[in-house]
Formats: sequence, structure tokens, C-alpha cells
Amino acid sequence: METILSGDYPRSRLLTALLGLLLAVLAAAPFLFDGAQAINTAAKICVFVVLVASYDLLLGYTGIVSFAHTMFYGLGGYGVGLALYSWGPSWGAVAGGLALALAAGVLLALGIGLFSLRVRAIFFAMITLAVASAFAVLAAQLSDVTGGEDGRSFRVPELLRPGFRLVAEPVLGTTINGRVVTYYIVFASALLLFLAALRVVNSPFGRVLQAIRENEFRAEALGYRTVCYRTAANCLAAGMAVLAGALNALWLRYTGPETTLSFTIMLDILLMVVIGGMGTLYGAAIGASLLILAQSYLQKLMAVAAQATEGLPLLPQLLHPDRWLLWLGVLFVTSVYFFPSGIVGRLRAASR
Amino acid sequence: MAEALLTLEGVHTHIGQYHILQGVDLTVPRGGLTVLLGRNGAGKTTTLRTIMGLWKPSRGRVTFAGRDIAGLSTPDIARAGIAYVPEAMGIFSDLTVAENMTLAARRGPPDKARLDWIFAFFPALRRFWSQPAGVLSGGQKQMLAIARAVVEPRALILVDEPTKGIAPAIIDNMIGAFAELKREGTTILLVEQNFRFAAALGDTVAVMDDGRVVHRDRMAALAADEAAQTRLLGLTLDAHQ
Repeated sequence: METILSGDYPRSRLLTALLGLLLAVLAAAPFLFDGAQAINTAAKICVFVVLVASYDLLLGYTGIVSFAHTMFYGLGGYGVGLALYSWGPSWGAVAGGLALALAAGVLLALGIGLFSLRVRAIFFAMITLAVASAFAVLAAQLSDVTGGEDGRSFRVPELLRPGFRLVAEPVLGTTINGRVVTYYIVFASALLLFLAALRVVNSPFGRVLQAIRENEFRAEALGYRTVCYRTAANCLAAGMAVLAGALNALWLRYTGPETTLSFTIMLDILLMVVIGGMGTLYGAAIGASLLILAQSYLQKLMAVAAQATEGLPLLPQLLHPDRWLLWLGVLFVTSVYFFPSGIVGRLRAASR
Repeated sequence: MAEALLTLEGVHTHIGQYHILQGVDLTVPRGGLTVLLGRNGAGKTTTLRTIMGLWKPSRGRVTFAGRDIAGLSTPDIARAGIAYVPEAMGIFSDLTVAENMTLAARRGPPDKARLDWIFAFFPALRRFWSQPAGVLSGGQKQMLAIARAVVEPRALILVDEPTKGIAPAIIDNMIGAFAELKREGTTILLVEQNFRFAAALGDTVAVMDDGRVVHRDRMAALAADEAAQTRLLGLTLDAHQ
């Protein structure tokens, strides 16, 4: 376990239990839940755990505020999606599209890093915002290539198609079709990427990133070229976001600006990092799971609550499912108020 | 006199619109401890930061071991063999004491014998080895800042007011540590307001005023000359005790 978690234990019994439960539910999701929504939510959690963890590498561990993270996520989605759309549904197209997207993402991150990580943090944030906006406009305008605002639906290799049967007979009542195979590819990739990120942040390289976040001048005075380290972190986070985007595209069999490049996704990532706890990769897992569950099920939960309180004054109106965004906002404000260091930070502090 | 390890010749440093260093000439002999004294605002900290490349000199030469380092970046200056202990200590609070030390050891994991030598002077560091540095007291943080600078042998250590706000017992340990560093041949440039501490350790002294070095002497000579102390610093050694 020491090797798998790179010596970075949750350091709280409750957190260990929560993470264990999350891992178990995600691992068994196709066998636990019926219906598309539950499995879609589970797959989205897997993808966002990687995406948010990669952003935490930047924000939480290195202290870099970037608004270009969805651009890299989009690059991964478009890379795999357009390759499958143009070259046909083969594993070669998946590998080729992923390789091109990874190369483009890392080169772009390198360019942005070398040109703008020397300047003040606020300028870097503005530059990433400008580049990400330009990329989103480009993706929407180049409709011949990208499908514009509509995006592109594409076919996936046979193994991943819903009609494919890996095993003829159902296992534990679940048909092992291409969707289940795709889910487990997404789940296993997400788990491996998360553990790889844990390895990075607990390596000597990760310690230098944390030192830079705390005191950049001091890290320089110890002999570390902080621009190189910050650029490397930027490239690493971009690469992970590209992979998350590719996993998302494979799951959805679709790529488009709304599912990858939208600024709403960037805000969601920020919220997930803050709610979970900055500078803790476990926080990324908790934050992503909580927010996605709230986005997916808060409306349903509120419908039940509104029905249960029928007859009472005001409450049914307040709990009407149409007001779910209001309650999501309340949830966010209260969690920031009660957990300023994030849920993971609070749980760890409580267990000391 | 020993050969010079570090020399500053006519160094000027501007910070924004302010002209802080106005032609600093300073020689730090190899293997000795040079004390930089002066009133607040005389330019002592700016001199250390300029040597370290944290402020770029607008004019003048900074020569270290025969090499002009005025145009080098801070990491390159650190890699050339200069360690810096800033007044604010600059420890990494979220990292453990062990991680702070490991980060400073650029040639690989810290040497065990060297760590034992450090723990002999600063035993609290062994006790808090696996704790986040943020939980240390002010004095323990200063110990860590100094220990980090000496975790590997360095040619030159720049130390900015290590005794500020530190308990006398810890100051005595610091005197022991610096004396031992001198014995092993490390060159030290120390900015210090505590005259007793400076007098106990210093071989040579330079006094700064208004961004220039206005007096150079052997430390023992200045410590014995109350008139010079009053003239240069506005205080005497007795007044500090």
C-alpha cells in the first residue's frame, strides 16, 4: 500500500472510509446500478477525478492559476474524437488521435509556460484565459473540421460499442457489453492516472513544486530554476487533462465545445478543487464526486423533499427542483465557510 | 590577509525608483567570518540580496571565486556554492523538517554524519524531523533555516540577522555552529545587529551607511574601540550587553 499510494495516506479514518467507499462504488458501478444516469455519473466522476487532480497539480501544489485547463481537456476530446471521425473506428485512430492531442497539448503548455510563467501570476492567468477563449472560438468557427457548435459524434472501435458482448451470459445480472468495457477502461485509466499523480506530488519534483508555491524566491535561492519546474508542472497537468478529455470523448462517443471547452467546466473544476481541498489529490476525488453527484441528483432529491413537505408554507416552493442551482450555490458557500481548507483539510485537521 | 573569496566593486542597486546601494566596495576573505554592520536602512540586506541575484545590480562587479556573478540568475549563484539564510528565514511551512533539509541538499539525500553534526547544535530538528516545519517555534525555524544552508558544505554562506527575536540559549548554540563552520573552512558573511554575537564570531568587519561601506577593520579592533563603535553605529558594545 505504501508503494501504491506513494506514502501519501489519507491521514483520517473518515476520509479513508469515504475514499474506500468511493473506490468500491466506482469499481462495481455497472453491477450496482441500473439505468444510464447512474453509470454516466460514475464515468463522469472517474474523468473529473483525473481532470481536477491535474488542475490541483497546478493550483494546489504549484500555486499557478490557469484558465486554460479546459482547453487541454478539449484537445484530448477533439484529438480522439476527430481521429475516430476522420480515420474510422479503429484502435489506431484512438492511439493516433491521442498521441497528436498529447503532443499538441504538451507543446502548447510548454509555449504558454515559457512565454508567460516568468510574469506575475495575474498576467499568467489572463494569458491562459485569452488563449483558452481563442481556442474555444477556433473550435466553434472551424466547423468543417470540428463540427462547430454541434460538435462531432463518432463511432468507436467494436469492443466499445453497446452492441458488443464480451461474455455471452450476463455476469451477476449485468450484460458485459461494450459500454461496460468502456466504463472499465475509463475507470482503470482514471485510477492509474490518479496514482501516477500521487507519485508525482510525493516525489522530489513534487516537493520542489510545493516549495515554489510557498516561497518562490527561497526555492530559487536553494538553486532551483523555478520557471523550469513551473513549466514542467504546466506540461504535466496539460498532459493529464488531455488524457481526461480523451477518456470523456470515448465514453460519450461525442466531442463538442459544450462538453469540453465551456467556461462552466472551468468553474466546476475550480469549485471541485476548493471544496475538496487544495493541495491534496484526495480532495480532487472528494470534490469532483460531491459536485457531480449534486449536479446529477440534487434536482431529484429536491423533488422528493418538495413532495414530502407539501402542505407546509413556503418550503415546497423553496425546495422546488427548478431552484436546484440556488441550493447548489448554498451548498458551495456553506462548504467554503465551514471547510476553508477543503473537506480533506478539515477531516485531516480533525483527526490530529 | 587571506585571499578574497567574494568582492563587490562599486556595486549600485536600484529598487524601483530608490537608489539603495550607492557604490558598495566589500571584500570577504576566504575561510573567515565577515560581519556587516550598520544602522537600519544602511543597505545590509540589499547587499546580501544583490550578491544572491535577488536584486540585480545596476552597476558594478560582484566576483565570487574569480568569477563575475553579477549577471547570473539566483539558481546559478546558489549552484556556484553560495547559500543564503534570509532574515525572514524562508522555511517551507507545509513541508516537514526532513523535506526542507532534503530540498536544500542538492547532491542527493543529506549525509547522515552531516545531519548528526547539525543535530548536535540544533537538537530540536531531530525531535521535529517528521513534523511540518510550520509547527516549529520562531527559534526552531531559525535553526532550520541555518541547518538548511549548511546541510551540504558550501563555499560561502550569507546570513541575515540570525539572532533577531531568538532566545539566548539558542544564540549560544548558533555561536557554536558558526564557530564550527569556520573551523571547517566555510566562509561566512553575516549581517547582524547583535554586537555581542558579531564580536564573538567575527574576524573582519565592514560597516555600512547610506548604501556604502564606510569602515573596514578587524572585528577585534572595532570591539575594543568604543569611540569607533559610537561614531559608526551610534552605540557601544557595552550598550548591547
